[in-house]
Amino acid sequence: MNNLVLETKGLTKHYGDFVAVDNLDLNIKKGEVFGLLGPNGAGKTTTILMLLGLTEPTKGQVRVLGFDPARQPLSVKARVGYMPDQVGFYDELTARENLIYIAKLNGIPRDQLKNRVEEAIERVHLTQVIDKRVNTFSRGMRQRLGLADVLIKNPQLIIMDEPTQGLDPELAHEFLGLIHSLKEEGTTILLSSHLLHQVQVICDRVGLFSKGRMVLQGTVPELARKVLGGAYRVQIKANGPDVKLRKALQSLPEVNKVDFANGVFEIEARKDVRADAADAVIKAGGRLQSLNVESQSLDDIYTRYFEEVSHESVN
Amino acid sequence: MSRSTERIKKRDEREGSPWTGLSAVLTKEMADHLTGARILILEILVLLTAVGTIFTALKSINSTDDNQFLYLRLFTTAQDPLPAFVFFLAILVPLIAIALSFDSINGEFNRRTLSRVLAQPVYRDALLLGKFLGGLLTLTMVFSAIWLLIFGIGIFKLGVPPTAEETGRALWFLLATIFYGGIWMALAMLFSSIFRSSATAALASIAVWAFFIFFWNIVVGLLAPVLSPQQITTVQDLVTANQTQLLLSRVSPITLYADIATIMLQPTERFLGFVLPVQLDRAIKTPLPLGQSILVIWPQLTGLIAATILIFAICYVLFQRQEIRA
Repeated sequence: MNNLVLETKGLTKHYGDFVAVDNLDLNIKKGEVFGLLGPNGAGKTTTILMLLGLTEPTKGQVRVLGFDPARQPLSVKARVGYMPDQVGFYDELTARENLIYIAKLNGIPRDQLKNRVEEAIERVHLTQVIDKRVNTFSRGMRQRLGLADVLIKNPQLIIMDEPTQGLDPELAHEFLGLIHSLKEEGTTILLSSHLLHQVQVICDRVGLFSKGRMVLQGTVPELARKVLGGAYRVQIKANGPDVKLRKALQSLPEVNKVDFANGVFEIEARKDVRADAADAVIKAGGRLQSLNVESQSLDDIYTRYFEEVSHESVN
Repeated sequence: MSRSTERIKKRDEREGSPWTGLSAVLTKEMADHLTGARILILEILVLLTAVGTIFTALKSINSTDDNQFLYLRLFTTAQDPLPAFVFFLAILVPLIAIALSFDSINGEFNRRTLSRVLAQPVYRDALLLGKFLGGLLTLTMVFSAIWLLIFGIGIFKLGVPPTAEETGRALWFLLATIFYGGIWMALAMLFSSIFRSSATAALASIAVWAFFIFFWNIVVGLLAPVLSPQQITTVQDLVTANQTQLLLSRVSPITLYADIATIMLQPTERFLGFVLPVQLDRAIKTPLPLGQSILVIWPQLTGLIAATILIFAICYVLFQRQEIRA
C-alpha cells in the first residue's frame, strides 16, 4: 500500500475563460502537514473544493484516501474534515446544538452523539461555553469551534482554508498550537494560507501557488536553497570609511555581494559570516554598531520568488 | 440485458443514497421554524384572524335557522366589517409560506454555513428537500392546529358535533391549503437560490404575490378579449370567450384555491365558472356528496400540487448547479 493520502494529476478548473487551477500535481503523504501558500485568488480555495467534490474539476484526476471525490463524495466527506475560511455557524443555536447537527449529518449513532460532541468541544477548550449561543462567541472561539466541528467525525485528513486569518497574533499562535497537537497525533493536514510566517512553523512541506499554478514545492529549507540560492543575509551597521569597509567585507570568503544603503551594509553570503564580518569591520578601522543575520523565512522566499517572476515577465 | 446493466452502472456513478442525512436536515429545519420568533408572529396573526372571524361568523350563524353544514360556514361566513376566514387564508397563507422560506438558501450562504454543511457526507438533494419538507410540515402543523381550534370553538359554541361529511370536506380543504402554501414556499425557495440577498428574495416573492392578488384579474380582463372572438354573435362565441377568461385566471394559484374553497366549503355549489341557464334546467339545489365535490375540484387540486412540484424542481436544478463558494 502506498501511503499517499492525497494525490492529484493534472488537476484543472476553468470558470469560463478564466483558469482558476492549472495542471496541478499534488501529493500528500500520511501524517504530513502541507501548506498551500499563495496570494488571494491564486486558486487555493478552488483546489480545496475540488478535493472535497464540492466543485467538479474541468480536467485531471483526484484521489483522496483512495476515493474519487467526484464519484464517491460521501466516502470522501465522511473521512475528510473541512474547515472553510471564515467558518460560519447557526448563530441562534448553541455550540452544542451546532455540533449535534453536524454529528447527525455524519450519521453518528444517537447514543454516541452526546459523548462525541463533548469530546470534540473539550479538545478545543470550549467546554465552559458549550451551552452558550454562538452569536456570543468571539472570532477566536468560532475558529476553535470550527476545529471541533471537524474533529467530531474523527477525520483521517483535515483540510483548513486560511485557518488563522482574522485572528490576532496571540489567538493565531494558540490555534497553531492546536493544529500542532493534531499533527503529533498523526493526522494528515492540508492548510492554505497567505500568512507565511505562521505556516512556516507547522508545515512539513509547502507548495507555492500563483495564478492557478503550483510554482514551487518542498520543505522550507529546500525552497530557500532554490530561490535564495541558500543565501544568508547579514546586516551590519558601522561607522567608518564606507568605501574601505565595503572592500573589506567584499573580500571575505563565501560572500556573494555587499550592498550599502542608509549606513547599513547588507551582505549576501553562502554561510553565516557574522564573526568574520565583525572582525573585518574592526580591522578596517570601523566602529561596529549592530550585527544581524536574517533567518531564511518563507516571506523572503515568497517575495523574492514573485519579484523574480515579475522581473522575468517584464523582460 | 446489456441495457439494464448499463442502467445499473449509471446509477452507481454517484455513490450512496441522495437522501442520506435527510432526516437530520428535516429535524433541524422544523426545530428552527417552530422555535423561531418568525413563526410566533405568524401564528399570532393567523390565530387572531381565525378567532376573530369565527366569532363574528358564529354570531350570524346563531341568528339563522338553516342548520346545514354549520362547521363549514364557520370558514365562509363573512359579517361586516370582517371578511370570511377563507378570504384571509387566501391572502395570509402565501405570506406565511414566503416568510418561512425566503432566506432558506441564501441565508446559509450569508451565514457561511453552506460550505460547512455540504462538507459533511450528504448530497445537496438532502439539504434542499429537507428544507422544503421541513417548511411544508411546519405549515401542516400550524394549519392542522388552527383547523382543530376552529372545530373546537365550533363544538363549544354550536353545541352539535361535526358530521363526517363536514370533517371530510374540511380535511380536503386543509390539504388544498397546505399545497397552496407549498407553491409559495417553493417560489420563495427558488428566489432564495437565485438572489444572494435575503431581502431581495423576499421582495421578489412578495412582488409575485401582489401581482397575482391585485393585478392578475386586470391582466386577464385585458388579455381575454384579445385571445377570444371579438364579436360575440352565437352562444358558442360566448362560451369560448368565457372559457378563455377562465383559463387565464386559473393560471393564478389564488383562483385555483378559491375554486377549491367554493366547492369544498359550500356543498350546494356544483359548478365552477360559466354555466348556461340551459344546463341548470331542472337541477335541484341540493348539496353534492363529498365524492362528487372532489371530482369537481380534482383538476384544481392536482394543479396546485403539480405547480408546487414544478417550482421545486426548477429550484432543485438551479441549486444543484450553483457554485458553493461565497
